[in-house]
Amino acid sequence: MSIETISLSGRKKEVSNKKMSFWESLYLVAIVKGLLITIRHLFKRKVTIKYPDQTRELSPVYRGQHMLMRDEEGRERCTACGLCALSCPAEAITMKAEERKPEEKHLYREEKYASIYEINMLRCIFCGLCEEACPKQAIYLTKSRVMVKPSSDREDFIYGKEKLVMPLDMAIKNTQMKTAN
Amino acid sequence: MEQTIVIEKGIFIVIIFAITMLMAMYATLAERKIAAWLQDRIGPNRAGKGGILQPLADGLKLFAKEEFFPNTPNKFLFIAGPAISMSTALMTSAVIPWGDKLHLFGRDIILQATDINVAMLFIFAVLSIGVYGIMIGGWASNNKFSLMSAMRAASQMISYEVAMGLAIIALVMMTGTLSLREMAAQQSGMNWNVFYQPVGFLIFLVCSFAETNRTPFDLAECEAELIGGYHTEYSSMKMGFYLFAEYASMFISSTILAVLYFGAYNYPGMQWAEENWGVNIANIIGIVVLFAKLCFFIFFYMWVRWTIPRFRYDQLMRLGWQMLIPLAIANIVVTGIVILLTQ
Repeated sequence: MSIETISLSGRKKEVSNKKMSFWESLYLVAIVKGLLITIRHLFKRKVTIKYPDQTRELSPVYRGQHMLMRDEEGRERCTACGLCALSCPAEAITMKAEERKPEEKHLYREEKYASIYEINMLRCIFCGLCEEACPKQAIYLTKSRVMVKPSSDREDFIYGKEKLVMPLDMAIKNTQMKTAN
Repeated sequence: MEQTIVIEKGIFIVIIFAITMLMAMYATLAERKIAAWLQDRIGPNRAGKGGILQPLADGLKLFAKEEFFPNTPNKFLFIAGPAISMSTALMTSAVIPWGDKLHLFGRDIILQATDINVAMLFIFAVLSIGVYGIMIGGWASNNKFSLMSAMRAASQMISYEVAMGLAIIALVMMTGTLSLREMAAQQSGMNWNVFYQPVGFLIFLVCSFAETNRTPFDLAECEAELIGGYHTEYSSMKMGFYLFAEYASMFISSTILAVLYFGAYNYPGMQWAEENWGVNIANIIGIVVLFAKLCFFIFFYMWVRWTIPRFRYDQLMRLGWQMLIPLAIANIVVTGIVILLTQ
């Protein structure tokens, strides 16, 4: 097989420089063909999603903003084992562990808890490995559409516990739902 | 009697002017919508319901823009350019028969601003002046791109006017009149000229595209090589006038196409409607029919614009001089022979 006849895609076309006949050079047939193609598009369903009014459905594996969960009694689940930080490929997570005092039993589930838990949102790649690593089911990536808010200050992107821990009223609502069921 | 006719014509002209403006306004929206639809998009839909207020928003934006004057030696001509474009685009509507007649207040109102017997020549004359708007604007801009675009527009219009005129000659040989009113009346029923002059119609159609500077003949505004062509130095409402004039002339040339070749306000069963429902209703339907026809042509202009790319300059000139003009002359010869044989 010579090189001229090889066509991997099967759609190879020879370029021809043949002279156009009078009718061809009026372009009429070509234009009519083109018009028929475009008019077909006029009646096609448009694929646009009108964004602010409509939103696209989230993928079932969508991973959004992190959340440190509370258990049914509203206590923080995190025990500051550091496995999330260890598993994080972007090294976005840092934490400081502290021992739970007897009077804090209603606040933390485990005997050790994270007094500081920070995720650097500029580093985070939302891979979800922290969620997989967590033995206490404490950290989850939510379905929240609200991603990291813009800011001109880098410090603002380091999310502390005040932003990460599940709000109490949400925990209360979850527990109520569970007991109702 | 003299006074009433002045008032009647005055009112009629104002109405036609308003309708032309309205159509030109909404043609801009239609263009964007049709462009979007042909490209599988949705198009402007934010201003008003389905984007119905978009032309107003566009106009408001143009009004609010800064009036910019380039360092040109002749400010008067710089302003005259868009003004000429606009006025020539509107002038042609004077001789177009928008309908036959209405019977109101005990008198017949002829639905035409003026019925001159050389209407066809008038239209050609006005169309030829149209090129001055672009020429003067391009020259007064004191910008080489504007000037080049103006030169292109001028040569394009002049070359296509020849073919257009020749196409019309065959039609005039057939109808035996230059008056648009008579031409319209001759096409009653389905007796449309397009069935007798298909080649002439085709040539006229192609030339209308060239005369209105629409794609594929919009070499004058060729943004790829000439920035914006003669628009380059214009801003604010002067720019708006140029854009608006394009749509107004598109409206008018669609009307001319409908009147000359597609039976104007005639529709099958017009006689019957006149006898059974009265003159007024029959003619109002006629006006609606004319507008339906011309809206189709406006749509066709846009359809073509978003289908085919711009011609190269040499292709344009070859098409005009080597294809259309011989074809038009052949058309005249054949028409002449057929007329001789059938008489």
